Amino acid sequence: MSAVTQAKPLFKTVRRHNAEGGQGWAALLFLAPTLLGFAAFYIYPSVRGVWLSFTDWNLLSEPEFVGLGNYAELAGDPLFWRSLLLTGYNTVLNLAGQLSLALLVAALMHRLTKSVVLRATLLLPWLVPNVATALLWLWLLDANLGFVNQLLDAMGLPTHGFFNSPGEAMPSIAAVTTWASVGYVALLLYAGMLQIPEQVYEAAAMDGAGEVRTFFRITLPLLRPVLALVLVVSVIGCFQIFDTIAVTTKGGPINATKVIYYYIYQEAFTHFRMGYAAAMALTLVLIMGALTYLQMRLMRASNSDLG
Amino acid sequence: MRAGRIAAWTVMGLAVLVTVFPFYWMVRTALTDASHLFSDNFSLIPEHFTWANFKRVLGLSTITEAQAAGGSGASLDFVLYLRNSIVYTAVVVVVQTLSCAMAGYALARLRFRGREMVFAVFVSALMIPPIFTLLPNFALVRNLGLLNTFAGLVAPILLMTPFTVFFLRQFFLSLPREVEEAAVIDGAGLWSVFWRVALPMSKGPLITIALINGVWTWKDYLWPLLVGQEEDSRVLTVALGVFLQQSPNARPDWTGLMAGSTLSVIPVLLLLLVFGKRLANSLQFTGIK
Repeated sequence: MSAVTQAKPLFKTVRRHNAEGGQGWAALLFLAPTLLGFAAFYIYPSVRGVWLSFTDWNLLSEPEFVGLGNYAELAGDPLFWRSLLLTGYNTVLNLAGQLSLALLVAALMHRLTKSVVLRATLLLPWLVPNVATALLWLWLLDANLGFVNQLLDAMGLPTHGFFNSPGEAMPSIAAVTTWASVGYVALLLYAGMLQIPEQVYEAAAMDGAGEVRTFFRITLPLLRPVLALVLVVSVIGCFQIFDTIAVTTKGGPINATKVIYYYIYQEAFTHFRMGYAAAMALTLVLIMGALTYLQMRLMRASNSDLG
Repeated sequence: MRAGRIAAWTVMGLAVLVTVFPFYWMVRTALTDASHLFSDNFSLIPEHFTWANFKRVLGLSTITEAQAAGGSGASLDFVLYLRNSIVYTAVVVVVQTLSCAMAGYALARLRFRGREMVFAVFVSALMIPPIFTLLPNFALVRNLGLLNTFAGLVAPILLMTPFTVFFLRQFFLSLPREVEEAAVIDGAGLWSVFWRVALPMSKGPLITIALINGVWTWKDYLWPLLVGQEEDSRVLTVALGVFLQQSPNARPDWTGLMAGSTLSVIPVLLLLLVFGKRLANSLQFTGIK
């Protein structure tokens, strides 16, 4: 990230603005709305969130300080650990599906066509509200009358419970979110592939490398910075899955899809245990921060082989 | 090589089919008479074609008509929810883009103490998962008495998101300075340089970030679910969730639900028709929400 890029001030030739500390007052006015929003809805809730995680609070009475009580309870809460495992499970399923399919689609697009219509079509599922996507697939994957089961039945294959089956619910949800985001991820990867200089491919073709070999030896390695970014973004997205589950399974059947986001939501807004929910949310912040850091390190994201 | 290309196009065609077919099935279900939904299951066109499902979710038919068309008879007013969604999205997009453009401009062009620090703090806020600030924000909005109001709905993202500031600051940095410097020499003040010179030169990126934020706001579910439960502030996504809950568990009102879902897709489709090229070409910027 070029966060450290120095922003050179404009108006450096204008004396009256530069008298003392530069253009402090003007800057304050320009930044005022943003700083207000940031203070009220980012800083204040962050501080309050940390404080809440040390309290017991049902939204009605005053928060009661309980020290590390919530965290002690968290450590011994099997549902919490299970929700983390389920979140990890969903993430692994999504990444496997999303990345491999998106890579395939992006590579094909890269070699076949620059069509904007095609790209816009592939983007459609990502633009649609997750709630609508979830409803649509709830219908398509309906255990009795859904299109998919009808199709399976017509082909003489066994039908499935999908969202109704504890074993299939999580993979079904992962499949739905994969369907919704493959096009988007493919377009991100495609944009990265366009950055690879054409000469590299010409050289490979001259040396007689086939398409598959070119993909694995050239495209994939040179795509690493983009892949790293996509991976980080996908993992962050997978950790925050909520809408699809809230519509289709509500964490069921028998807690089979109670991922961390949904568990936090339930504790906070169904059971009104704001303190406990805040403790879980803060733990999630730490886990996600550590994961992002690790991924960036492992993928050496900022180094491109293109130099 | 020829066989390879055919195979590649076949896979591509399959990808398009898998992408588009579910939407087709959504519309096809929405246009099917509810009482015949389960009998002609495989026909690609709706054999018992009807507009009744759209009529009743839009609140255009009487309760008996709605029940006859397979509904539960609970009041549905997707005209209102559609309007709420549009207002919610439009207000957020316009105000947030403008406010963040001002901030991005100051962070890119003005000289003041603490500038790099302010920017670093904004960037680090990109890493906070929304659920962490969501709980206290809900408590705040509730304490302010803003539950079930538009003010409460837009509050957390109205003035800024760290990503929008980041995006626009990076853009202003890349903008050549000469035009602005010329305006300064001509005696233009800070505000008019920003408003008359810098903003008009930034139309493209402003539209891009507005589109990205528009899509996110349109898709938004969790926050509106908490803050906009009542009809007057209920957006489309929340309305769809409520609709599903009202619909009997044993036999969900699929034709109505698909009609409602179709309504939430139509604006997206229009957006894609108008801005498809820009969206498809500007995706690399949307990495971080």
